[in-house]
This record gives sequence, structure tokens and C-alpha cells, in this order.
Amino acid sequence: MTIAPPCTRIRRVAVAGNPNSGKTSLFNQLTGLRAKVANYHGVTVEKREGRLADHDITLVDLPGAYSLSARSPEEVIARNVLLGLVKGEPRPDAVVIVIDASNLERNLYLASQIIELGLPTIVACNMMDVAQRRGRAIDLRRLSEGLGVEVLPTVARTGEGAAELRRAIAALCEATVPATPRRRDFRLPDVIESAVDRIAERLVADDVATEDSARGAALLWLMDRTSDVDPAVRNASLLCHLSDASTDIAEQIASDVSAAFEDPTRVIIEARYDWIGGVVRSASPPTEPSRRTRTDRIDAILTHRLWGMLVFAGVMFSLFLGIFTVADPLMGLIETAQTATAEALKTWMPEGPLQSLLADGVVAGVGSVVIFFPQICILFLLLTLLEDTGYIARAAFLMDRVMNRVGLHGRSFIPLLSSYACAIPGILATRTIEHPRDRLTTILVAPLMSCSARLPVYLIVIGALFGHSVWMRTGVLFGMYALGTIAAFVIAMILKRSLLKGPPPAFIMELPPYHFPQLRTVLRTTWDRSKLFLTGAGTTIFAVCVVIWALSYFPRLDMNNLSAEEAAQLASVAGDEAAVEHVKQSLQLRNSAIGHVGHWIEPIIEPLGYDWRMGIGILSSFAAREVFVGTMGITFALGEADETSDALREKLQSAQWPDGRKLVTPLSGLSLLIFYVFACQCASTLAVVKKETGGWRWPAFMFTYMTIIAYVGALAVFQIGRAMGYA
Amino acid sequence: MPLTLAQLLPGQAGCVCDVQGEKSIRHRLLEMGLTRGTAVQLVRVAPLGDPIEVELRGYRLSVRKSEASRVTLEGE
Repeated sequence: MTIAPPCTRIRRVAVAGNPNSGKTSLFNQLTGLRAKVANYHGVTVEKREGRLADHDITLVDLPGAYSLSARSPEEVIARNVLLGLVKGEPRPDAVVIVIDASNLERNLYLASQIIELGLPTIVACNMMDVAQRRGRAIDLRRLSEGLGVEVLPTVARTGEGAAELRRAIAALCEATVPATPRRRDFRLPDVIESAVDRIAERLVADDVATEDSARGAALLWLMDRTSDVDPAVRNASLLCHLSDASTDIAEQIASDVSAAFEDPTRVIIEARYDWIGGVVRSASPPTEPSRRTRTDRIDAILTHRLWGMLVFAGVMFSLFLGIFTVADPLMGLIETAQTATAEALKTWMPEGPLQSLLADGVVAGVGSVVIFFPQICILFLLLTLLEDTGYIARAAFLMDRVMNRVGLHGRSFIPLLSSYACAIPGILATRTIEHPRDRLTTILVAPLMSCSARLPVYLIVIGALFGHSVWMRTGVLFGMYALGTIAAFVIAMILKRSLLKGPPPAFIMELPPYHFPQLRTVLRTTWDRSKLFLTGAGTTIFAVCVVIWALSYFPRLDMNNLSAEEAAQLASVAGDEAAVEHVKQSLQLRNSAIGHVGHWIEPIIEPLGYDWRMGIGILSSFAAREVFVGTMGITFALGEADETSDALREKLQSAQWPDGRKLVTPLSGLSLLIFYVFACQCASTLAVVKKETGGWRWPAFMFTYMTIIAYVGALAVFQIGRAMGYA
Repeated sequence: MPLTLAQLLPGQAGCVCDVQGEKSIRHRLLEMGLTRGTAVQLVRVAPLGDPIEVELRGYRLSVRKSEASRVTLEGE
């Protein structure tokens, strides 16, 4: 590792700390809300960077972590950034550790691990107001002596102490004499100490760590080695950074340690906590055991057997209501704007491929990205609010029992529920799930929850076929939602027992004190996250829309060279200009690439009770499900149609197979509904899953398994129904 | 049978004696501060009977009963 020349470049300072320590608020205070947000290479761990106000210093907000052990992607990233092991990410020149003054002991666990990595360090003792309210006095001078680094008081919510901290960071960066690196202040058993020394040598020799950070890193290596490193993060763990020769040596050292202690990691953890206990006792004498706090009074209601569940139901209901009612008018506006733009293009531009590309390809593509934006903003706003107040942890606390049944974590509940509105915000909401395997399972089943895009399809088919009674219609509609939900839980259970098998995820979750949300931070986080959706998944969604457009536009049908049947169809409506136009559209679509594919797949979908016309509808639904209704309108030569269209309903009711049998019967309709419940017909969802899982492997898996269930389910319904004598 | 964290009733407290079970979970519990000699109090049980909320080292932690049963306590 090379040491950068001083003063010639922008300094980088990392901001680290426990979750719920007010780290993000403090980061915002220091940078004045001008942070850039991105993801770390290959993982969906948020990376935030900002300029320290008035200085040439870049602040890097590290993901919240409880320790530097390699237990979650966040912790591995935090540790690797501090060691300078993340590709494209220079090692920071200094670090600010944010600790929660009202929760010193546990916060100092991480802080002391970071201090041992040898970077110039300042500790920001945050939430001093909360500590004070709880009657906890902290002698910062003593704390600083105990830790061996500078300690400054801050209150991120009000900005108190931020100016001093800013000055201290600048001074730390400009110091000409580098601070002497801090050594660990507590002694471990001799076997471990000498092992640490020897592993440290290897780490330095292999350029994994510098002289300053080597002993701290060696201790982490030893803990990785004598603990169970989750396979999901193993590749990024320190174990994989040493050369083969060094690994052999280090392995030998580790096995000596393991021979001497039954559980070396435990020895190290307990020694650290013992030392922390001493530091805290000298800086902050123990006070009377906790009194009833504000959080206690709130929790008495919010986690109450009856009231807690009622409030929870209410909160979830408002989440839904927010997504539907607030987002709906905005989505309507976007749709109107999209239609108007397309219309304008069609009016002002000469007819031809370019006009159609712009109007039906580009505008539709942009539209189908932007259409999700209001929903996503609102969902993120509400989720961030719930997170910032501390309620989201309570929601997981309340629902864990239910999710545990299918092998998931309480935190999976909200993402799955959000997926009723739309799987995309649901999948993005899985970021609150810490464990990678749980997160993946939740992502993979989220699209089974019937989203709002399926609703138009359900409505037109149910309206056409089960129109006799309101009860019947409601029953079938409810049945579709229930079916999707049950499937999601069953599939999750199967995945957790097969493909994503592993030790049951531990539910070890902090219940942070309630806070008043800070509007500034909440809005900022919401905006950052929503923007990532536009730039990340948006581009793929757009591309798919343009491809689907091309497939349904080319090859062009020569209207002067029609088959006899086509000519007859066109002649039958001669005189009615609109009807002629609709028939032409219909003929074009039937002869396009997608129309041909519709014909090809007819033998495959016929056993489900669909003809090639429905095939075209299903194929074009892959851009987005709601396209089905519009495509059916065009295929049946009705022009534009929506789910309330009576003409389309009648057309569907009277459509026939060539041999005169009715095409759409209650049975084939039910089969179509089943297909739509399960099939993964949403390019946007696949694009988001690709983004969130870092490759095409999981979206491909998701698409395959959902299509298989959809096909088999629809096949079974149609064939069994027919065998039982239903038409 | 030693007393475990899972057997406490709301309001009852004890001192951690040992944490058993698989390494990954044991080490996480230890890192969250459930080390030998730490005082823990059961605050409440979730409405559906699981998980539980405990207080230790001045903060609140929620764990499932299956994890809490790995934490043995010293006699009252």
C-alpha cells in the first residue's frame, strides 16, 4: 500500500458508527445536505459522499455497523473501506466515529475496533441531550483519555457541536505531524497476542494492511477465522486477501490458537467488553437503573397486545392508502402527459418509423419508468419516516412470529405488504433486511403478491366472464389476491428449505428509542433513494420498452398486398374511417414480429385455453401487465381500450375459435387469471431485481420459476375443468 | 436445568452466565453485549408470544425465544 503525498489532493474522512447513533443526521449537518449517493461496487450498500462545508475535505458516510466482524455486507464494506481494500475507493485519511452517548458501552465496542485500525480518529459523542435527559453525566476528558483519541460532544438533531467538530476534522487533516497511532489498550492471553503479532506481519507483507492498521486487522482476521463467516460475505472478508503462502502460515497460527481456547472469538469479545466497562465507569459513573422513559410509555401502547396490533394495522393501512390515493392522481397526471405527448408527436410529425419510435417507443418507455416514480417516492418517504422514528423495528418485533413460520425475518413483512401496490417499491424496501439470504428470498417472492398492474387484467376478465353477481366478482377477485399471497409464503418456505438453505437467521435486533423524525434528513434520504431508482433500474426498463415496441412495429405490413382474408376484413368496414384505421392497426400487429411469435406459441398455450390473439396480449404484457388490456383492444380492432371498455368486454365474450367454439369461457378466463397471478410479466421488476442482486442470475431464476408455476397452474385449471365437463 | 433468558417473566432480571449454541449466533449475541456477568432484564414479550424485548447495558434488544434460550443466567 502506497502512502499518498500530503496536501496535494482532497482529503477523505470516513464517518462510522452504530445504526441509530445519529450518524446520518450528523453527516448531513457536516456536509450541509449536499451529498452524492451511489452504491458500492456490486452490492446494494448505499455509499454517501459529501464535502465538508468550507473545507477541501470529502466525508464518506460508512454503512451503520455494530462491529467490524464479517457478518453482513454493511459490516464488511465498513471494515474494508477503513482498511483501504475496496476497489476504486482510496483509504480514508482519518475517521470520525459517531457514538450514542446514551448507549456508551455497546457503541464503544465498534469504536474501539475502529480506533485500533490506526487512522487519525475523532470520536463524536452524539445525543448528549438524550444522555442528559436520562441523568447520565459523561466526563468527556476522561473518556478521551480512556480511548486515547479526541472526543467532542454533539447533538446532531439541533446541530449543536457541529461547528467545533468541523474545525477539529479540518485540524486533524492539516496536522503536519501525524498522530501516533493508537495501540490496543487491553491485553489478551499470550497465545492470542503472539498470534496477532505474527498474523500482522503477514498482512503487512502482503500489503493487506499498513504498519498502523496491521494489529487491528490481524485481530479481525483471527476473529473471522475462528468464527463462522457467512458464505455471502466470505469473498469480501479478510480471509481472502492474503497470498497462498501467507494463508498457510496464518492458518497454522489460527489452529494453534484454536487448540488453546475452545472459542477464541469469545475470549476476544469478552476482553474488549471488560476493558470498555472500565473506561465507561471512569468517565460516566453508573446511575440508578433506568427510569420509565418516553420510549417506554410509547411502547406500552405500540407493542400492546390489542392496541399495538390495532395501531400496526392502521399504520399499514395508511401506507397502502398513501401509495394508492396520493400516488394515483400523480400517476394519472403522468399518464395524461404521456398520452398528450404521444398525440402531439403523432400530430406534428410525419407518419413513419421515427414518429412511431418516439411516440410509442420512447415516450412509452420514459412513461413506464416515470409512472412508478410517485409510488416509489411515497413509499420511501413513509418507510424513511418509520425508520427514522424507530417504528420499523417495532413492526418487525410485532410481525416476526408470523414471518418466522415460513422461515423469514420480521423485517420481510413490510416489503411483502408493499408489493400489493407494486413489487418494485416492495423489492427496494427489502434493503431494511440485514441478512442476505432472507433478503433474497423476500425479493424472489415479492412479485407473487398481486400488484396494482394486475388489477386491470383481473377486472376486464372477471367483468367479461363472471359478470352476473357482485358477490361472484368480488369473490373471484379476492381469490386471486389470496392465491398470490399464499403462493408467496409457500415458495418462501420452499426456497428457505432448498436453494437458500442455511442456518435459521437470527433475530437479534436493537429497539432504538423513539425519535421525532427530522424532516430535512427524511426528505433528503427519500429523494436520494428514489433518484437511485430512476438512474439504476430506469434505464433497463426504458430499453425493454423500446425493444417491445420494435417487435410490435416491425416488419411493416404492406397494405396493398393483403391476403384475401385480410382484405375481406378490411372491406367489411369500408366507409367507417375509424373502423378502417382500427382494422389496419390490428392487421399490422398480427403481422409484426410479436404477432408471429403469438402464432408460433399457439400450440403451447392452446392447452391452457388461449388462442394466438391472447398470446399476443400475454407476450406484450412482458413490458408491463397493464399493456394486456390495450393490446387486446388493438388485436380485436377496437383501437384504444381500457378495463372499463364495454366494447372490449363484448368482443371477448363473443370471440371464437376457428371451429366456432367460444374462445373466452369462464374456464379459459379463470385459466388466464391464474396465469396472470403467477407469471412474472414485468420487465421493470426484473430490471430492479437485477440491480438489487447484482446480476441476471436471480432475475432469470425468478422469471423461470414464476412462468413455470403460471403455466402449470393455468394448464391444470383448464384441463381438469374440461375433464369435469365445464366448457 | 439452568435458568435461561427465555424463561424470565416481564420485569424479572438476571446476570448472564453463558451463551451457547452455534458460533454465528453466539458471537453476535456476545458482540451486542451479552457477555458474562452482564445484567439483563426482560422488558416485554411481543403480542404474538415471540420475540422478546430485553434491556441490557442501557439499551433495548429484541431476540427470539429460541435465541434467548441459549443465554443461561446465574441464579437470582
